[in-house]
Amino acid sequence: MAESRPQIEARGLVKTYGEHRILDGLNLSVNRGETLVILGASGSGKSTLLRSLIGLGRPDDGSVLVQGIDIFSTDRLSLKALRCRMGVAFQGGALFGSMTLAENIDLPLSEFTGLPASTRRIITQIKLGMVGLEDAMDLLPSQISGGMRKRAALARALALDPEILFFDEPSAGLDPVTAAGLDLLILQLKKVFHVTLVVVTHELTSAFSIADRLALMHEGRFLIIGSPADVQKSKDPIVRRFLDRLPEDKRKTSDFYQRFIEEEGDAQSIPEVDNES
Amino acid sequence: MIKIFIGGVGHKVLGLLAEAGGLWQLARASLKRLLVGPFHSDPVRIRSTIFLMVKAGYDSLPLAALIALLTGMIMALQSAQQLTEVGAIGLMPNLVAASIIRELAPLLTAIIVAGRYGSAVAAELGTMKVSQEIDALTVMGLDTISFLVVPRILALIISLPCLVLFADFVGISGGLIIAVGVLNLGANGYMQSTFDTLGMEDLAMGLVKAFVFAVIIALVSCQQGLKTRGGAEQVGQATTISVVHSIVLIIAADLFVTAIFYLKG
Repeated sequence: MAESRPQIEARGLVKTYGEHRILDGLNLSVNRGETLVILGASGSGKSTLLRSLIGLGRPDDGSVLVQGIDIFSTDRLSLKALRCRMGVAFQGGALFGSMTLAENIDLPLSEFTGLPASTRRIITQIKLGMVGLEDAMDLLPSQISGGMRKRAALARALALDPEILFFDEPSAGLDPVTAAGLDLLILQLKKVFHVTLVVVTHELTSAFSIADRLALMHEGRFLIIGSPADVQKSKDPIVRRFLDRLPEDKRKTSDFYQRFIEEEGDAQSIPEVDNES
Repeated sequence: MIKIFIGGVGHKVLGLLAEAGGLWQLARASLKRLLVGPFHSDPVRIRSTIFLMVKAGYDSLPLAALIALLTGMIMALQSAQQLTEVGAIGLMPNLVAASIIRELAPLLTAIIVAGRYGSAVAAELGTMKVSQEIDALTVMGLDTISFLVVPRILALIISLPCLVLFADFVGISGGLIIAVGVLNLGANGYMQSTFDTLGMEDLAMGLVKAFVFAVIIALVSCQQGLKTRGGAEQVGQATTISVVHSIVLIIAADLFVTAIFYLKG
């Protein structure tokens, strides 16, 4: 199923905000045709990782290679060509509010293909038909539901038939039936187009149903990367807590407070007390 | 107390310098895209520019005309009052025309456009930023500056001078209405006096100002929109800041351009 040549490689990614290390020397590789699901609690660093992988957020250290091209050091034209082989479906859809769904999907086609308008219109119909929105072509994003927006975003991400598809939180904010429908759609697309998929989510059901491999993030690091079965078998307490949906113990020990007294000696410098990374 | 005051002033100054640096960078990047882009398969987006010209220029016509008309009438009445006292009412058309063309039409039209179009641009780009639409453009391989900023600058550079020319005409007409209707002066004499005193330099000053103001409004509103972070509240803040900064910079630039023309003689 998956070939050995990595489509995406992240090497030693480090990203810090102030003194907080969001990405802590992450290494990752995704093979052709593989579906990697990056799991993690809110604030674990998965969105920052995704932004680095798609070239939106430059890491403080490390590199990201997509199809062998360093996304942060390549020239503008190579990056433009590479981006045409990548599709990204954002969490909220990020559809252009002033354009209809058809115009949203037509935008990358008109910018990069040079096809006549009539042909582009047919392709747009096909792409929207793939996600079940062929009847909503001329509606604005504000006129459709959240689930439809996510599907339309997926259709736009697929407009140029990308080889790599990134999907940010596909099930977030959706009812279970719509979320299951979207998971099924992702599986069908994978089967038909053999795209390499990177999905970021915190929805366990969705993650286990679509993943070839799962990577669980915690405090900027991967606790485990493996098949769904491997992850399910993990005995790591943090992995278990996440999988078994156990609440985090937010109580602080006296050592926690002692640290601030010793390090800072100033009550004003105490950061927000929050155990979530 | 003094430390806090100096610290506060220093913080403000650094903030202003950062803003100025950001504007300069955006201006440079936009100019580069405009000049070099077409040779790197990144053409100027004509359709988008025309659409924005309609928004910036045509849609502002009624308000710009109304303000110019009223300003012309006010100028005529104010100057008539003063000039009658010194027995020089015959100079009133010259004074009204020079004030309108050299100063009031460019300044007031720019302030109207900063309020209407500049705020709309800041709000639009700010909303696009917080809803990840700008990110979506970037990951598609589209350059944000070529796609969003350059058409907005071009549209205003073309439409604001046109609006100012229109405001010149309407403003002088406002003066004419007062001259004929209230002060019982002859229409032909008024127009003759206006055309006799106005030179190309007056028109040039107005148009140079319109060009500079257009660049300021477009750059400030795009910069404020693109640097928006957060949500709806920050979009509102970006909108307000874009109008305030535009107006302050417009007035400062007005002084600068006026001084250059004055020194040039």
